[in-house]
Amino acid sequence: MTYAFLQHYWCFVVALLAALLVFLMFVQGANSLIFSWGRTEDERRLIINSTGRKWEFTFTTLVTFGGAFFASYPLFYSTSFGGAYWLWMIILFSFVLQAVSYEFQSKLGNLLGTNTFRRLLVLNGVLGPLLLGGAVATFFTGSNFIVERENIIDGMATPIISRWANASHGLDALLNPWNVVFGLAVAELARTLGILYVMNNVADENLRSRGSVRIIGTSLGFVVPFLVFLGHVLLGEGYAVDPSTGVVSMEPYKYLHNLLEMWPLLVMLVIGVVFVLYGIVRTIVSPTYNHGIWPAGFGTVVTVTVLLLLTAWNNTAYYPSTADLQSSLTMANSSSSEFTLRTMFWVSLLVPFVVAYIAYAWAAIDRKEITLDEINHDHAY
Amino acid sequence: MNLLSIDMTMVDWARAQFALTAIYHWLFVPLTLGLAVVMGIMETLYYRTGNQFWKETAKYWQRLFGINFAMGVATGIILEFEFGTNWSNYSYLVGDVFGAPLAIEGIVAFFMESTFVAVMFFGWNKVSKGFHLASTWLTGLGATISAWWILVANSWMQYPVGQEFNPETVRNEMTSFLDVAFSPVAVDKFVHTVLSAWVLGAVFVVGVSSWYLLKHRHTEFATKSLKVGAIFGLVASVLIMLSGHHSAYTVAQTQPMKLAAMEALYKGGTDQPLTIIAAVNPFKQPDFENDDEPPMKLSVPYALSFLATNDIHGQVPGIRDILDGYTKADGTVALSLEQKIERGRCAITALQEYRKAKKDGAPEEFLATLGAEIKENMPYFGYGYVKDRSQVVPYIPVCFYAFRIMVGGGCLFVLLFALSLFLIYKRKIMEVRWFHWAALLCIPVAYIVSESGWLVAEFGRQPWTIQDMLPTWVGVSHLGSGAVMTTFFLFLILFTTLLAVEISIMCKQIKKGPEL
Repeated sequence: MTYAFLQHYWCFVVALLAALLVFLMFVQGANSLIFSWGRTEDERRLIINSTGRKWEFTFTTLVTFGGAFFASYPLFYSTSFGGAYWLWMIILFSFVLQAVSYEFQSKLGNLLGTNTFRRLLVLNGVLGPLLLGGAVATFFTGSNFIVERENIIDGMATPIISRWANASHGLDALLNPWNVVFGLAVAELARTLGILYVMNNVADENLRSRGSVRIIGTSLGFVVPFLVFLGHVLLGEGYAVDPSTGVVSMEPYKYLHNLLEMWPLLVMLVIGVVFVLYGIVRTIVSPTYNHGIWPAGFGTVVTVTVLLLLTAWNNTAYYPSTADLQSSLTMANSSSSEFTLRTMFWVSLLVPFVVAYIAYAWAAIDRKEITLDEINHDHAY
Repeated sequence: MNLLSIDMTMVDWARAQFALTAIYHWLFVPLTLGLAVVMGIMETLYYRTGNQFWKETAKYWQRLFGINFAMGVATGIILEFEFGTNWSNYSYLVGDVFGAPLAIEGIVAFFMESTFVAVMFFGWNKVSKGFHLASTWLTGLGATISAWWILVANSWMQYPVGQEFNPETVRNEMTSFLDVAFSPVAVDKFVHTVLSAWVLGAVFVVGVSSWYLLKHRHTEFATKSLKVGAIFGLVASVLIMLSGHHSAYTVAQTQPMKLAAMEALYKGGTDQPLTIIAAVNPFKQPDFENDDEPPMKLSVPYALSFLATNDIHGQVPGIRDILDGYTKADGTVALSLEQKIERGRCAITALQEYRKAKKDGAPEEFLATLGAEIKENMPYFGYGYVKDRSQVVPYIPVCFYAFRIMVGGGCLFVLLFALSLFLIYKRKIMEVRWFHWAALLCIPVAYIVSESGWLVAEFGRQPWTIQDMLPTWVGVSHLGSGAVMTTFFLFLILFTTLLAVEISIMCKQIKKGPEL
């Protein structure tokens, strides 16, 4: 295993974790619809109890994504989290609210009332995917930061290596309309997946029939901005890296070139998109089909993985700087040492085992669809 | 050099925010770890006997576990990301070493915990008895493995082994994963911390059970829960004393300044007594430069020497010894602060020259010479950013009193568990009302004791984020103090509100009682 292989491998792992996170945000997506999709108290409880059995996975994937990124690309961790401070803080704040809301919302003595905690679930359901999508879009559009390693020793105003180049500390990312467009696409994708998941998981005809109509709107809300963003990215300039010098420069059609030069990714992208559309369209047209979450979920994971790999593989700067092009982060200039990546490689071989027991436990819990009778007589949120 | 012109107010707010999050996080995690074992034992009894009583008992404690679990998860996510948001320089400089345990924690522990906790809560009527029991234990195991890896990361900050500074990348890089994962500090810290969590969980069970006895409700449930809690707590308490002694020994070897601050030991030497209590002003750093010892000191002869060296005549350096330099028992000389600062500045200057020479295309031999100079002085790198003596001494009153609360509380709980078992043995546990009150009052005491342990460990490390290598003011992010102060108060309000809600829900659930 060469250092370059390990850098590519860990980039893939991080991209895959991010893609799984986007898939698992069906939890947020469904939660954002608690009050509009669920019209009665029973329906709202069914939605909450459906996503409530999976929220830990979303949370854990977010934390593992952060940990893996930290371990494999620490300069990204320090630059993005320390720089885009407000953006990340708002995201984290919304996830804190979500974590407790499930457990607290229906309990006696919750002080703030059931609906307060349900509204917090909605808030996280909207803000989480929207802002995470916006943050991911910066991998294509760039961020306003400067990296200077010499600061630690050269007696600058502060010895801090990475800094944001303006005072907004990440909020400026939301002023870029392309980031917002992608954020909206992710938010509506999460809603679409949320509807698909609950339809598959909950035995309630009212939710299912209204879900198959509601999904038309959320799907359009996802597909249109996604295609607009994809078109903009593929036809615009990208951040290329000269592998011999490490110099970053703008290259027209860079991401399109990446897609064509790494043709297996193009094939995967097409497969991913087809699976997502298949899951959605079949759910809309077939009144008895409730398993759309699986093809759509698989397609989401594949598509997002490919999109993220486009930003890093094939000599591309995955976290570009709009303030100073040469501060842009590449796999080569921001990864951990070869020793650490290799050590972590062996640890990552545990992942299939982890995936296997998750699948087994998930299947054991979801073997029977959730019913009103069950949540009235068994442990429930 | 103008290296010290950092907004110290921002550093203080960043520290305060991390401390706030960690303190809140540590309110919930010990109960998770402790209750995990208790409910595992109870469900095992159900599995083996088939007695529905144990099933309902296990389910009751699992309900309380669930309420607490969510808050632990919520506060934990902030901690992980705060390394990046508030401590970006730290994240870069040591991410190569520090990031790995966090990633492993996610892959190995968090997924185990989050997968099986769902089976534990929702699987009673969906999976077999055996699978459910395994899920309950695996939930606890996941939480405990999680504790292992985060404590490995924390221990590395106290005792940075298995790494080397790379001047090419200007950061510390891992050289031995095993040294990082199994350093003596990590082993001690894990054992001591998990045992302390078990003790807290046991105190919680004994206290809540005593409340039912006080109210004459669910007496069978309360008596049997109390028995399980007391046995578990007594075993954990005895083990924690042994691990405490070993921890103190390790601290003495690796962080002598922390031990000196814990003891308010200004001037050390051989045959040192252990202070039981002294009148250390809690609101002011003592005059360690001029005083010989704190006033009204009550101590146990030779005990500190034994604690720190396993020899009643052993040498224990005081704060002034460490600042001025001293000759160790083995004849080697510990450098004075001035010498360490000099060495630290040598490391920084050599690194500057190395970077410049590299840029100018200097010959490899010259770079190798500079590299050797950097390596030789790197253990003192952090001292290069130190201005004066007061900066490297932790805040003594916090370390001193927190240590005594921790040890005193530990002894109190041994008494509590022993008395519980004695009263159960004498069949008087239902009658002794003062004991029920005492056990109930021990619940908040257990939390104070548990947090005190955290304060000793973390305040005692100050001013270092990485012991001797990176002071807090060099580890921060490039942020204004206003931004960090704002998020500090946002989290303070949020966590405090959620804590109030949790306590209210917990009290309601306890009042409701088990479904027996």
